[in-house]
Amino acid sequence: MTEWTNEPGLCPLRSSGPRPAGLGAQAEVEETLKRIQSHKGVIGTMVVNAEGIPIRTTLDNSTTVQYAGLLHQLTVKARSTVRDIDPQNDLTFLRIRSKKHEIMVAPDKEYLLIVIQNPCE
Amino acid sequence: MPQKQPPRRQSISVGRGARKRDEDSGTDVGEGADEWAQSKATVRPPDQLELTDAELKEEFTRILTANNPHAPQNIVRYSFKEGTYKLIGVVNQLAVHFSQVGNLIPKDSDEGRRQHYRDELVAGSQESAKVVISETEILEEEEPKEAEAEPEAASQTDVLAAEAAAKVTEEELLTPKQPKERKLTNQFNFSERASQTLNNPLRDRECQMEPPPRTNFSATANQSDDITKVTQAAKIVERMVNQNTYDDVAQDFKYYEDAADEYRDQEGTLLPLWKFQNDKAKRLAVTALCWNPKYNDLFAVGHGSYDFMKQGRGLLLLYSMKNPSFPEFIFSSESGIMCLDMHVDHPYLVVVGHYDGNVAIYNLKKPHSQPSFRSSAKSGKHMDPVWQVRWQKDDMDNNLNFFSVSSDGRIVSWTLLKSELVHTDVIKLKAEGTATDGPAGLQLHTVGCGTAFDFHKEIDYLFLVGTEEGKIYKCSKSYSSKFLDTYDAHNMAVDAVSWNPYHTKVFMSCSSDWTVKIWDHTIKTPMFIYDLNSAVGDVAWAPYSSTVFAAVTTNGKTHVFDLSINKYEAICNQPVAAKKKNKITHVQFNPIHPIIIVGDDRGHVICLKLSPNLRKMPKEKKGQEVQKGPAVEIAKLDKLLNLVREVKTKT
Repeated sequence: MTEWTNEPGLCPLRSSGPRPAGLGAQAEVEETLKRIQSHKGVIGTMVVNAEGIPIRTTLDNSTTVQYAGLLHQLTVKARSTVRDIDPQNDLTFLRIRSKKHEIMVAPDKEYLLIVIQNPCE
Repeated sequence: MPQKQPPRRQSISVGRGARKRDEDSGTDVGEGADEWAQSKATVRPPDQLELTDAELKEEFTRILTANNPHAPQNIVRYSFKEGTYKLIGVVNQLAVHFSQVGNLIPKDSDEGRRQHYRDELVAGSQESAKVVISETEILEEEEPKEAEAEPEAASQTDVLAAEAAAKVTEEELLTPKQPKERKLTNQFNFSERASQTLNNPLRDRECQMEPPPRTNFSATANQSDDITKVTQAAKIVERMVNQNTYDDVAQDFKYYEDAADEYRDQEGTLLPLWKFQNDKAKRLAVTALCWNPKYNDLFAVGHGSYDFMKQGRGLLLLYSMKNPSFPEFIFSSESGIMCLDMHVDHPYLVVVGHYDGNVAIYNLKKPHSQPSFRSSAKSGKHMDPVWQVRWQKDDMDNNLNFFSVSSDGRIVSWTLLKSELVHTDVIKLKAEGTATDGPAGLQLHTVGCGTAFDFHKEIDYLFLVGTEEGKIYKCSKSYSSKFLDTYDAHNMAVDAVSWNPYHTKVFMSCSSDWTVKIWDHTIKTPMFIYDLNSAVGDVAWAPYSSTVFAAVTTNGKTHVFDLSINKYEAICNQPVAAKKKNKITHVQFNPIHPIIIVGDDRGHVICLKLSPNLRKMPKEKKGQEVQKGPAVEIAKLDKLLNLVREVKTKT
């Protein structure tokens, strides 16, 4: 019965709760990224690390580097803005809607996930 | 001595034989052997021993040893240690025959060196004397040459003599040193002969090109470049992407209220929102739907097959409305899933019933495909498909438990004890009136087949069971053989029974005989009967009103009724199936949002929004406070029921 009494009211479906480490988690993430990439209207996805260096990308090198550098700076600025206003707060995600497409940035502890989508397609 | 010799010789020569005589004669030949040869007669001295021939021939051995014959052979000395005389074994055998003291001394000893020095001195003075003598001779030879010359010569000779004398003294002084310092010359007259060629000086000759231009190429490879850390962000982004794609749908869901409802005289519509489907569930029918009690956007879909001939595997998918393109959780099983339920207090526990009669519990916290607990043939699984499962309140020991009903006629209560499922048969359904007389007066009861059940919201022990024969039994958990009541509900199997969420007395049932009936459990006949022109798969009460319910039929239509508005007809009658020939199997209302989900037999789940007409609240009369809450609902329904009852009593 002990396993059931762990946080009876909370279902950690949304938290970054215990995910199986190892190959299972790896495959899961890969699949999710693949799904995102193949979703309707998505132009490109990329994963950038804390220093602004792209780790994984579906776009060409020069574009990736450009996006990575610029968006990294922007994310840092946005995060600092949010935290300056309220130190308990933190940035969840950043969406930039432009005429042509939408850039979505989801920051994580160490990484940045950037997706460019054209929603009107 | 010489005198003695001749007689001895003679005796010997006589004693020893001819050989000796020859030798002697040989030696004596030179000295006039003839004379001696004549007088060879043996002369025996008078004191010679008389020996016999044997004694004469006796051989005596003489041995030469190194022993000293004069040395004593048994020296005894007194030993003070033992206090006795001891024989000394080894005696010195050395015999000195001759000794003389000499006058040689070694060179290196002190005396030797002293003598050597003295000898050298003597030798040196002799030499200098010789040199002087030779020089004086030379001088003397020179003198006569120069003596005639002048009187200076005399002085010269004097000088010369003085010089010579000085030389001598000098030499005398020098020579004692010289013999000392004189080097040991090489006696062998060795001279080294060597030659060397001319060595050329070494020189470094190099040449170096200009180095090619270099560029630095570097990159950092982190061991912790772990893509799994992006899972959370990836999930969020996926939802964002979906939101963008289905932006209009999301907007509709949130904000759209059909304005046309004002003009539609009481009727409402269902607005299709999202469609949920998955490749894995393509051929499987939706057999169960359930909203999560905690997370209002999460719902579970059970997939299986209703076809007796075509039984395959089962799937349990959990979708979130925020991500319609891919389920949050996927569980697969070998047997088709027929029903499911989510626990109210533990929203991560999902109990499912399978077509093969097994029940299983999935824990969403551990999303691997295996159920956490599963029944088996040993632990009392059903013999027939499990048609309904329902979580109950925790029992007295705080163990989780749930009920299941199946076509094998058993209603079983399962309890989760520590790590296994324990079952208890609560009721065995007996088809009443079918008792046949067996041999010896035994009454055999055929077993009824349960197809649906529902538990009362407030009265804990009370529940309803629908059967395949079309009867509904009102049962209590405490009585296992007797039913509290029986209702002859339908002509065909009862597909669903459901208590009203507000009114404690009202329940509803639907069947494949095309009818939906609403009952008061105290009255044996139904209050309302609705004929829907097609087999009704499922009915569900709306959570926000006691008079609204929805029914789905196999012709792909969804019917929504509101008894307070229209007692006889549906206020909404809408085909919602994805494809025309899809049969809709289940319907569920969302507890919070004004949406329903509808599942069909092709594995599609469609989410529909209820138009405002379908969610009508009683109109506020001006000046009167709007009452909300269950009491109002109950009162509303009561009013209706009373009307009906009055009608009935009248007729």
